[in-house]
Amino acid sequence: MGRSLKKGPYIDFRLDNKIQALNTSGKKSVIKTWSRRSMISPDFIGHTFAVHNGNKFIPVYVTDNMVGHKLGEFAPTRNFRGHGGKKDKGKR
Amino acid sequence: MARIAGVDIPGTKRGEIALTYIYGIGRSSATSILGKAGINKDKKPNDWSEEEANAIRAVISGEFKVEGVLKSEVQLSIKRLMDIGCYRGLRHRKGLPLRGQRTKNNSRTRKGKRKTVANKKKATK
Repeated sequence: MGRSLKKGPYIDFRLDNKIQALNTSGKKSVIKTWSRRSMISPDFIGHTFAVHNGNKFIPVYVTDNMVGHKLGEFAPTRNFRGHGGKKDKGKR
Repeated sequence: MARIAGVDIPGTKRGEIALTYIYGIGRSSATSILGKAGINKDKKPNDWSEEEANAIRAVISGEFKVEGVLKSEVQLSIKRLMDIGCYRGLRHRKGLPLRGQRTKNNSRTRKGKRKTVANKKKATK
């Protein structure tokens, strides 16, 4: 179910402010965020985000293809390492 | 036999149905195509005159993406998802369902034929 167009994209207020500040000052720095639900807007292009996946921060470099996706889509929360088997277990 | 949108040769069925043999055209777009071309949707392709067939071709090439163009577009958007490394792209790479369906059972369409794991223990009592 998509979000109503009437409302426009959701971007975390504080995250948006940080981006605007970075864009006006022209600086680049990694932005730590927990806001996985924020939509990537065109202003985000070229910045690197450290998106929390529940455990640690995953670095996400935003390119123009990513606009319209959510930040959380790029920081997987699950880590599937395959099903058992005695042979493999030693390697992990 | 009529040839529309390249290779497709729909047969002796009603026009509305015959058009759905083209990739990218379903029932509703088939009816709208025939409506725009001004042809009765019950008329069979064999009975279409050359002008009528041309009218249909004009409508399809003007307003619809079909066959090769559409297929390549779909492939490109899948490729885009995989390249940007988003969740849906990862699922495409692994050949698993994208939209949060369960994968403990079912989802055979995405996963393909069952691969039996050798020496899997039977439930012990």
